[in-house]
Amino acid sequence: MVNYLLYRLAAAVPTLFLISLLIFAVIELPPGDYFETFLAEQEALGETVDPKKIEYLKETYGFDQPMPIRYASWVWGLLHGDLGYSFEYELPVNDVIGSRVWMTMLVSFITIIFTWLIAFPIGIYSATHKYSWGDYGLTFIGLLGLATPNFLLALILMYFANVWFGTSIGHLMDAEFIDQPMSWAKFVSVVEHLVIPVIVIGTAGTAAMIRRLRANLLDELQKQYVTTAKAKGVPPFKALVKYPLRMSLNFFISDIGSILPSVISGAEVVAIVLSLETTGPLLISALKSQDMYLAGSFLMMLAVLTVIGVLISDIALAFLDPRIRLKGGRQK
Amino acid sequence: MKTSIPKNGEPMGHFVSDAAFDPHSIEQLNDEQKAYYLASQKKLMWWKFKLHKLAVVSGIFLALVYISILFSEFLAPYDLNHRHVKNIYQPPQSVHLFHEGQFVGPFVYGTKYELNLETLARTYAPDSKKIYKLSFFCSGDKYKFWGVIPADNHLVCVEKGGTLFLLGTDRLGRDMLSRIIYGTRISMTIGLIGIAISFILGISIGGMAGYYGGWVDNIVQRIIEVIQSIPSIPLWLAIAAIIPVSWSPILVYFAISVVLALLDWTGLARAVRSKLLSLREEDYVLAAELMGAKPRRIILRHLVPGFMSHLIASATLTIPSMILGETALSFLGLGLRPPVTSWGVLLNEAQNINVVVLYPWLILPVVPVVLVILAFNFLGDGLRDAADPYA
Repeated sequence: MVNYLLYRLAAAVPTLFLISLLIFAVIELPPGDYFETFLAEQEALGETVDPKKIEYLKETYGFDQPMPIRYASWVWGLLHGDLGYSFEYELPVNDVIGSRVWMTMLVSFITIIFTWLIAFPIGIYSATHKYSWGDYGLTFIGLLGLATPNFLLALILMYFANVWFGTSIGHLMDAEFIDQPMSWAKFVSVVEHLVIPVIVIGTAGTAAMIRRLRANLLDELQKQYVTTAKAKGVPPFKALVKYPLRMSLNFFISDIGSILPSVISGAEVVAIVLSLETTGPLLISALKSQDMYLAGSFLMMLAVLTVIGVLISDIALAFLDPRIRLKGGRQK
Repeated sequence: MKTSIPKNGEPMGHFVSDAAFDPHSIEQLNDEQKAYYLASQKKLMWWKFKLHKLAVVSGIFLALVYISILFSEFLAPYDLNHRHVKNIYQPPQSVHLFHEGQFVGPFVYGTKYELNLETLARTYAPDSKKIYKLSFFCSGDKYKFWGVIPADNHLVCVEKGGTLFLLGTDRLGRDMLSRIIYGTRISMTIGLIGIAISFILGISIGGMAGYYGGWVDNIVQRIIEVIQSIPSIPLWLAIAAIIPVSWSPILVYFAISVVLALLDWTGLARAVRSKLLSLREEDYVLAAELMGAKPRRIILRHLVPGFMSHLIASATLTIPSMILGETALSFLGLGLRPPVTSWGVLLNEAQNINVVVLYPWLILPVVPVVLVILAFNFLGDGLRDAADPYA
């Protein structure tokens, strides 16, 4: 087990190195840099920018240096917890992201729990009542959620929420609560505003999860040990939960890897439509305006989280499933 | 005692067939059984596929959609860029058959346009006095078929003076139905081109990893891990941001499909790799190797055909994500740009809540998106079941 752990940890290092290279390349590739965009914008607005300030910023952040050195200093900063400086917000990236991360995590965690709460019963029902009308209907509804573009669903729900319940449109809370200390009224407002994002972001994930749970559970239910258990008179519920369900949850644990980054980034497009104060829109606008440290460091953070997530899920799987532990690798 | 052996020259006491003796005669299959037991693999797949009714229906639907993109210009009632300046944001019109209890054939009523001076809202009311008959296979807007052959034939047009906006018009007075029909062409093919590219990448890279194993496999595995560990939308955005603004729309179109493909091949490569890892130990691979076949030939000629059907099935299931990816990118303004018309570009105009409230027909392009994605999902499910007909 210790060997396996060490091996997995060691394997993560080159992966992270490659990721950092890729992200740096992707951020550097678009022609020009933030200062050019910024200068052009300001000139279009008829304002003048002190060239000294630009010079100073360029020098501080090493834009006059060749690319490899810039890469090295970026990585060096990352290793020390310094994510760089956001030119657009004129703040260190840590501060820009920090204020939004908590809200994002709140939205995402609730969404994930919502997804699980919906997907589990439906998936189990679909698998145990295979090819029944209930199975078809629920699968179809799930697929519908998968097939509708999220941003549109967000728009439509937003409209109906306003018409039927009078919830104000967009954002995570009513305007008067922004930057206010936490209070009961603020809490209620946040909860009211959370309903739509959670439903919208949750639908696609729910559909995917129902399908996978159903497929995995069906595979298990066909196996002979289930028949044996039933023949020996194990109550149906126990015969379902004790082994088949447990076995079919492997996929669920290996999903942790992809859940962690999505907790941080939130669903970007939906967040833009609903103008939520999460990190997703931040990232998108940073990518658009070539605010390279903000975009790059944030992407890197997401990637690190994925790697950690995969690591956690691999370790959890190894604990749960001796076949994986002994073979020293994940089975596909 | 009586013996059963007849005397010389006398006939035998029982019947003996003159036909040649065939020891397997009883086991022989009749034609019906033969057709069943000795059916080729393709036939078995087809039988299995047919059982999945929903998949068959979806397949037919998708085939029709793909056929329709061959004749978009003909099917659309109006030209893509025809602006009806007097009919901006006109709601959908309906087709009638009877006028005041009398059968007239398919026709539409005229519309009365009014500008509400208080709210500045445009109101269009049907004018039941004017009747404009519809005709089929008629001449209408001029267009160039496939951008080459000049023509003016349309499936349906309306009498002179009338308008036919079955799905309403947009902010420039362009017919939504025509735009959706034209958008089909882009949206449906972008997934195909993307999947073709990711197929080539997936088979060649995954094939190399699976066939050679060892360090090649290790590197490929790492690369796949890296690509999969970055969330797709930001990465799409970052790559799409590289596309220069000055490129022509067609170039952008190809670039976007490449962008979609660049992130999509990893799943396919993984599938190819794991299959190859087990298949390369088979005897026929050794035989091919001994006969001097090169790795390329062994992979493409001997190994890949063995699980091609699986690959096609899984590819069918990934096309929807490409179509949705295109809509998301176009929605964010980083995908296709007008004048190229795709469903994503059309939905881009339905970005804000005003549209949903005031001009709900502008979100209609979502209907084909949902239908096509559902159809691809069902078709993929059916294909996946059929890919392994012996299961």
